[in-house]
Amino acid sequence: MTEKIDLNKAYLPSEEVVVREIEGEIVIVPLTSGIGDLEDELLTLNETGRDIWSRLDGARPLAEIVRDLEAGYDAADGLVREDVVGFLQELCDRRMIVAKDRDKD
Amino acid sequence: MTAKSYVRKVRSGEDRLWRASAPALARLDVELTERCNFACRHCSVGLPAGDRAARAREWPAARWKALLSEAADLGCLVVRLTGGEPALRDDFEDIYVHARRLGLRVMLFTNAALVTPGLARLLADVPPLEAVEVSVYGLTPESSEAATGTPGSFAATRRGLSLLGERGVSFVVKGAVLPPTRGEMDGLEAWAAGLPGLAGPVSWVTLLDLHSRRDAARSAVIAGLRMEAGEFVRLARRGGEAAVDEWREFCGRDGRPRGDRLFSCLPAAASAAVDAYGRLQYCLGLRHPDTVYDLAAGSLREAVTDFLPRLRERRAAGPAYLERCGRCFLKGLCQQCPAKSWAEHGTLDTPVEYFCDVAHAQAVAAGLLERGKKAWTVSDGAARAARRNGA
Repeated sequence: MTEKIDLNKAYLPSEEVVVREIEGEIVIVPLTSGIGDLEDELLTLNETGRDIWSRLDGARPLAEIVRDLEAGYDAADGLVREDVVGFLQELCDRRMIVAKDRDKD
Repeated sequence: MTAKSYVRKVRSGEDRLWRASAPALARLDVELTERCNFACRHCSVGLPAGDRAARAREWPAARWKALLSEAADLGCLVVRLTGGEPALRDDFEDIYVHARRLGLRVMLFTNAALVTPGLARLLADVPPLEAVEVSVYGLTPESSEAATGTPGSFAATRRGLSLLGERGVSFVVKGAVLPPTRGEMDGLEAWAAGLPGLAGPVSWVTLLDLHSRRDAARSAVIAGLRMEAGEFVRLARRGGEAAVDEWREFCGRDGRPRGDRLFSCLPAAASAAVDAYGRLQYCLGLRHPDTVYDLAAGSLREAVTDFLPRLRERRAAGPAYLERCGRCFLKGLCQQCPAKSWAEHGTLDTPVEYFCDVAHAQAVAAGLLERGKKAWTVSDGAARAARRNGA
């Protein structure tokens, strides 16, 4: 059972992936087994995906990141939050991001 | 903000990964050692496992790791670790893990005989992201060991494959059509189909290359193992006419002769190879001294952005090449290239009769050429192929 995305938590890229920037593309490469759908697939992010990904520093709660993004995008109320949560849930299900465990700080 | 389209899934081999510009280096072939635990008579590389002089010259892990880091900085996505037998090196796992931690996908070429439970576990836990390519010679200990020249090799490879299968490591089997194994193709394919972990059909090495260091004695042995052109056509037709249709399609797609172009190998455009001693080559087979870049005296970046592009511009000057290969419409079938010319003749641009014979036999089988006619004397070759394709 994968974790539900929580707006009060901070997230960061998992140590089970390697994130590379190649010719302007963010490419997420699985490092350990069981990441992603198929072994021969890589993930790249579009501009919006990059915008979200680049803010995942493990320090700021997701709600704060959503507020930042809402200020930069012309979108209907709630749409940005819905999109960000949906996108991060997909990455979380693939074990590509993890919630920062504040107790370990 | 538009919904649900932030992630794009691509396969690593697709150029479409980059929408604007491609990296200077997409793939790096690394020959970690020329030494091998097998002594295959048909091998264009292998040195004995215990060759101390070769071992002493091989780059240490630290050099390889630095090179792989440089490759990743250049945008490289895939590294092929090959040999010889790469797992023969004590530091193989160290180099492999470094490559994966850089986000490189690893194509591992091996005979699997040195796969241990520990290595199988590593490949399962930190997968290479490409199916491991395992050379399997023969269906029985007798045929296998006649090919490998190594007692115990049959059992060792089978043991390695079992370990990979048990751990769920994806692999593919590569066979070689050699005198001892020629009658075993169907049997090997049937056996391989039942292996846990098999990720694709068996691929076959059919047309053998001569020794890439131009060892005359080794090359003579390899030449003696080659199949005749007619045999190659017969084997290609084993599963029906699909292969022959494909030959016709190749020629119809681009039958324009090479002219004085030497390097027409498009997949190699953004790739490079490095031998066991740190010398960069256009591909692993091309060891002509004029086409080798010593990485000890330069950088990978300079090699791929300056040396290789200049090399690709080199033109053929050999009269026989210009007269024959330069005017031939069978370039889609023929394996003629600078690496083959180097291994056979020590030049970059001398026609290789063996590959020429095979390509002509293919063209006759495909109905593109009359028996006995030379393809370079046919002025409408490309049009012929296009017509046959449309027919």
